[in-house]
Amino acid sequence: MTFLTPEENGHVTSLWGKVDVEKVGGEALGRLLVVYPWTQRFFESFGDLSSPSAIMGNPKVKAHGKKVLSAFSEGLHHLDNLKGTFAQLSELHCDKLHVDPQNFTLLGNVLVIVLAEHFGNAFSPPVQAAFQKVVTGVANALAHKYH
Amino acid sequence: MVHFTVEEKAVITSLWGKVNVEEAGGEALGRLLVVYPWTQRFFDNFGNLSSASAIMGNPKVKAHGKKVLTSLGEAIKNMDDLKGTFAHLSELHCDRLHVDPENFKLLGNELVIVLAKYFGKDFTPQVQAAWQKMVAGVAIALAHKYH
Repeated sequence: MTFLTPEENGHVTSLWGKVDVEKVGGEALGRLLVVYPWTQRFFESFGDLSSPSAIMGNPKVKAHGKKVLSAFSEGLHHLDNLKGTFAQLSELHCDKLHVDPQNFTLLGNVLVIVLAEHFGNAFSPPVQAAFQKVVTGVANALAHKYH
Repeated sequence: MVHFTVEEKAVITSLWGKVNVEEAGGEALGRLLVVYPWTQRFFDNFGNLSSASAIMGNPKVKAHGKKVLTSLGEAIKNMDDLKGTFAHLSELHCDRLHVDPENFKLLGNELVIVLAKYFGKDFTPQVQAAWQKMVAGVAIALAHKYH
């Protein structure tokens, strides 16, 4: 079963081509830490997370955001096999990092918000729908190896 | 119970003052129907919902979106008593409309996305955090009378 229709695929590929992965990654992760402060517990070694501006400016947050979004970007090339693509990361997040999989949904939603903020009207309802499908698929794939 | 700090209330009220309730309401509701197509089942008598553009242009969707967001505007004047403010609407959505309360969270997220789209950089992490709290509080209040 194809994950996205050809039209949805077009929307995702076209928008993603204009995304600055480093900037958007840092912003999405930063906003996750600001809006859902309990998520900071996974990043205790990151230094100063004491205020929104500290978080958004924190170089470790930006670097890790870039890493996360690069992995997401890889996933976009394998939309028909997200579970396979994210299998190792899923095991890592369960066995070593102990991250509640609900947080993957939260990060996916924050990413959608950041894309809306950056792209304005170009983030039309059909584009949003396609991306919502992708972030849900990625969140499910990341939760797949949990036990 | 959701508590808003003085700062959060100011941030929410200030942004709300710049929102075109009719436009934002129609867009948020429209996007809900596009991105989460099962929600269309609650709007069978709205006419043409056959495509994203049909939905976004549908006058009944726009009118109902305005109604929903106007009600939210009322709640912004009563942020310390969201449950009281939404008691009647909660009963209505449970007893008459039979809407799964999970959908309130989805619509709340759509509103945040629409605000991010409209306000771009002005929709800072702090503003987002305050609004995320607001829509969560409203979703809880709307679910409160469910039985």
